[in-house]
Amino acid sequence: MLELIQTYWLYFLVGQYPDGPLGGVAVTVLLAALALMLAMPIGLLLGLARTSTVAALRRPVSALVYLVRGIPLLLVVFWTYFFLPTVTGVKTGQFTTMLIALVVFDGVYLAEIVRAGIQSVPRGQYEAARALGLDHRRAMARVILPQALRSMLPSLVNQFVSTIKATSLGYIIGLTETSFIATQINSQVFTKPAQVYLLLSLTYFVLCFGLSRFAFMLERRLARRDLPRVARSPGSPTASTAPTA
Amino acid sequence: MIQFNNVNKWYGEYHALADITETIAKGEVVVVCGPSGSGKSTLIRTINRLEDIASGTITLDGEDIHGRGVDVNRLRSRIGFVFQQFNLFPHLTVLDNCTLAPLAIGGARPAQAHQKAMQLLDRVGLAHKANAWPSELSGGQQQRVAIARALAMEPPLMLFDEPTSALDPEMVGEVLLVMRDLVRDGMTLVVVTHEMGFARDVAHRVLFMDQGRILERAEPHEFFNHPQHPRAKQFLADIRTPFAQAA
Repeated sequence: MLELIQTYWLYFLVGQYPDGPLGGVAVTVLLAALALMLAMPIGLLLGLARTSTVAALRRPVSALVYLVRGIPLLLVVFWTYFFLPTVTGVKTGQFTTMLIALVVFDGVYLAEIVRAGIQSVPRGQYEAARALGLDHRRAMARVILPQALRSMLPSLVNQFVSTIKATSLGYIIGLTETSFIATQINSQVFTKPAQVYLLLSLTYFVLCFGLSRFAFMLERRLARRDLPRVARSPGSPTASTAPTA
Repeated sequence: MIQFNNVNKWYGEYHALADITETIAKGEVVVVCGPSGSGKSTLIRTINRLEDIASGTITLDGEDIHGRGVDVNRLRSRIGFVFQQFNLFPHLTVLDNCTLAPLAIGGARPAQAHQKAMQLLDRVGLAHKANAWPSELSGGQQQRVAIARALAMEPPLMLFDEPTSALDPEMVGEVLLVMRDLVRDGMTLVVVTHEMGFARDVAHRVLFMDQGRILERAEPHEFFNHPQHPRAKQFLADIRTPFAQAA
């Protein structure tokens, strides 16, 4: 196993780079990070549209959410890979293809997380903001979203973790991400499949576990900075949240 | 200052406000009372358009509040509103709760908004809590902060929707004292409350509502000693001797 690592660690981490395309763990991390960064603003906008009172905004976005949620990521990847070039006329590279598929998929799931987060903030908060004279946009930006984000954090981490794992689907369209590289290594070594795939599993685990721990720390720090979540527990005498009579 | 003209509102089949016509003068302190479900909360929530109306008009200094093209945000910034459940923003400190509106919409400069908020917090006796989180305050303190927050835009009119109903009994007094202070400064107040002591001592006029109608309007002394409408008599009897019905 040690020998395996000694021979292939660089190939595993960056693929054939700099002599060939970047690959391995570097592509997995890059792909996941880019996908999340691009999907966040999209998810936020879609989530806001999903909670909008304007039906012309809410309905098409809801339809999109239900559509994408109803099909496996694998098919989103296939659609992007085979269908998109026939529309645009340009053959998209594997990395870009996978990135687009992940952004669409994550955007929709993040939209649902954002919607749930917004709806978890008590109605009275929005009313209080509007009663002060804040318009809808400012009420959302200054009062609702900061509180929603806090309750969204665990679900966001979930989504981030599943995005890291979902990059492995790039394998089927020949993207040289970690799983692809591991399979290459396996076919070269040939005699040590268990070790190779154990190392591959460990790699994903370390990435995901690290992210989870980081998010947990962040959550604790936010909770310490202000204690309002305590006040929001129902039945507490200082509850600021019960519905108005 | 506020004029209701034939205002009607329905929740489905339920007639929540029925032909409300009423005038509230500048500097007047009006207490609205009545049994639960009588429409009193709905009534004051229509004044800053937290609730729509189906027909009629409500004007504030001659401006049609529910009219088309009214800048509802500018209008609301001139009307302070205090909720039963305080609704302080839990992610902001007490001070930031009070400076949010002046900074976000009033165009105030930070130093100026800060100073004004500290003055208001001092006025409600909570300047020393400026940097606390709302969750660290008692219910009474939270409601006093909510009043300071509502005053930050210097509204000429304040609306209170059962401001003491969510409080433990020993905290009711501190909130009522702050409200009495506002009355002394000549502010116009419309207060939905069950605090009959406050109504008797501070209000200029009492409106009694039931089933979406204003059934009686009277000076507090008259209302408490010589209620005219049978429903008002019943209501006063019920709150004075809660066990009478059972007997």
